[in-house]
Amino acid sequence: MQALVIAAHGSHLNPDASDPTYAHADTIRETGAFDEVREAFWKEEPHFREVVRTLEADEVFVVPLFISEGYFTEQVIPRELRLDDWDPEKWDSDGTSASQATLEADDVGKTIHYCGPVGTHDAMTDVIVQRAETAMEDPDVGEGVGLSVVGHGTERNENSAKAIEYHSERIRDRDRFDEVEALFMDEEPEVDDVTDYFESDDIVVVPLFIADGYHTQEDIPEDMGLTEDYRLGWDVPAEVDGHRIWYTGAVGTEALMADVVLERATDAGADIGDARETVRDLAGSVADADHEPSAGTGAGD
Amino acid sequence: MTISSDDLETLLERASDGISFDGLRIAETDGDYSLETPDNEWHGLDEAALRETLETCEEYVTNWRYWQETVGGEGTARRAFLRWCEHAPLPDADEHTTEGLAVPTRYDALRNGIDRQWGQLSITVRFVDVDDPDGERVYDLWHVDDADSDLVDLEVYDDPRDARDIATYDEDGRYRPLKTAPTLVSGWAFTGLSGAELVETIGFLYPATIANWHRELRGNLDIDHWTETAERQTGIYDVIDELPREAVDWMAEACCVDSQCLRRREWEYDEDDDLDVDGGDGPFPCREPCSLVVAAARKWAILESEEEHTYELELTTSELNQLEELIDAVAEGRTDEIREADVYDGANRYRARYLRAKRVGEGGLEATQVDE
Ligand code: SF4
Repeated sequence: MQALVIAAHGSHLNPDASDPTYAHADTIRETGAFDEVREAFWKEEPHFREVVRTLEADEVFVVPLFISEGYFTEQVIPRELRLDDWDPEKWDSDGTSASQATLEADDVGKTIHYCGPVGTHDAMTDVIVQRAETAMEDPDVGEGVGLSVVGHGTERNENSAKAIEYHSERIRDRDRFDEVEALFMDEEPEVDDVTDYFESDDIVVVPLFIADGYHTQEDIPEDMGLTEDYRLGWDVPAEVDGHRIWYTGAVGTEALMADVVLERATDAGADIGDARETVRDLAGSVADADHEPSAGTGAGD
Repeated sequence: MTISSDDLETLLERASDGISFDGLRIAETDGDYSLETPDNEWHGLDEAALRETLETCEEYVTNWRYWQETVGGEGTARRAFLRWCEHAPLPDADEHTTEGLAVPTRYDALRNGIDRQWGQLSITVRFVDVDDPDGERVYDLWHVDDADSDLVDLEVYDDPRDARDIATYDEDGRYRPLKTAPTLVSGWAFTGLSGAELVETIGFLYPATIANWHRELRGNLDIDHWTETAERQTGIYDVIDELPREAVDWMAEACCVDSQCLRRREWEYDEDDDLDVDGGDGPFPCREPCSLVVAAARKWAILESEEEHTYELELTTSELNQLEELIDAVAEGRTDEIREADVYDGANRYRARYLRAKRVGEGGLEATQVDE
């Protein structure tokens, strides 16, 4: 038996924070690839501390629904899962290349395959592109369009920017969009000046966040000048300094994210049959068309 | 006949390895079978005779099939919980647990349905087919407050995942971050769930309660006391181990009592240093401070690092008492219940506004620090 745990932040204050986690877990449940699929949270229940003991399977794949490698993926989650032998060295990562580490959770007698976060997986690049397609309702979006991937920026975590830059670079290499820029809330180059960084009339802005909340629904739209006051809402596209800005919320809510979760688990050795095709069908993916073979995972791909 | 031929075939296949379950015993030696139930025993049966005899103890046979074939999962919390639901013996419980009911007694009860309470949940286990039971059970689940409601008056669900929405908001539409807060809304029912679905549904309503109950039952609940939990925190929660010992008592009194949480606090200040506050009578064991308590502890750790001062302020005796009434009303969540015109209650809104108009000036409460 094998189980999947999707580990996310959650919130004590905002009930919507866990929506993407539930949505992606449900998509994966539909595929039947795992005997058990469980959501787990830092701020909600079941907590990271409790989740593994609720499983019957001996093989557990834990996929963090986080954007970057850092404090949560390297310290909090492994500690709270009681992975005693964990050491960030086991991921042997430069900040965007974590794959997985196999560890024993002695207190519950299970083998835990602790995966890198979804945000730094190569397949995430497709999700960002898909987000742009969804935003512009155009599966061929690219020509004459600039794409901005927006992240939080430093906030005590140097890897936070790395993930944003990593995917921007990969999309740039595909030569699909006229321009691709990584922009940030808390560091240069800043999302406030988004129009300074683009020549294109149309700019798609994709925030690399897991859930919609304060940043994606209040801060970023106001900072970019889409609206004076987030409570008034904004248009998609909205006119700013002679550009059309196509902004939709957090990329983490994109249905195709379930595919990234599955890729993480497959990379770690999960046997998921043809679940990825099912998920891509469910997500109505158009990203398949330009999915580079090298972006895949090898096993089961 | 209620024993299906499939059931019989499976039973015979297993019989050569010996069967011993809930009072049913079958053994085989060289094609000779012996069969035992608590009331009877037969020896020297050939296969045909065994088949015939089994027909006379069909309850034991269908019970065996339900638990060993349908439910399975020997040793799991799921199985133990489902057995608890119908008062079946719990082989993995430690000696303190009372013995369960025998098969015939349970079968009688299952025809009418057996009710169990789990926190604010009421669970009924019953036969799918009451007139001609084949051992197959189903489970209904609703709020204890709805025990006497008609199903037509309730929102009826059959997908465990719908439980997530039910658990998200309280009656006033406020978010419930603590799933074991005694504020679960009523007005819904899950009917005809399989055992696995029941456990999944409860997993969404009261996460991990079944797993921890099972550990407690077997005497191996692992408890992390306050100091362990506090010391392992990092980042912004690093400070919580500085919370003074007495403040941990106040915190437990604020958060972990029955009126606030259905979990029974099993964690103490330290392994041999109990908190003054009682852990409560909640049905589910709480094995370590939850994330809500950890988050609140951070706030209190910061607040408790402030120095105390002596202040002088003018109040009448009644106004001093009123402060107490205000604090009490907020702490008990009672403010909504105070009637508009009930000016006898110190926490009445007009009374509070009057006090504010009289004693709280532009710069806040008119108090002077006198210990400088
Ligand atoms: S720590 Fe207290 S409030 Fe939190 S779950 Fe346990 S008993 Fe309830």
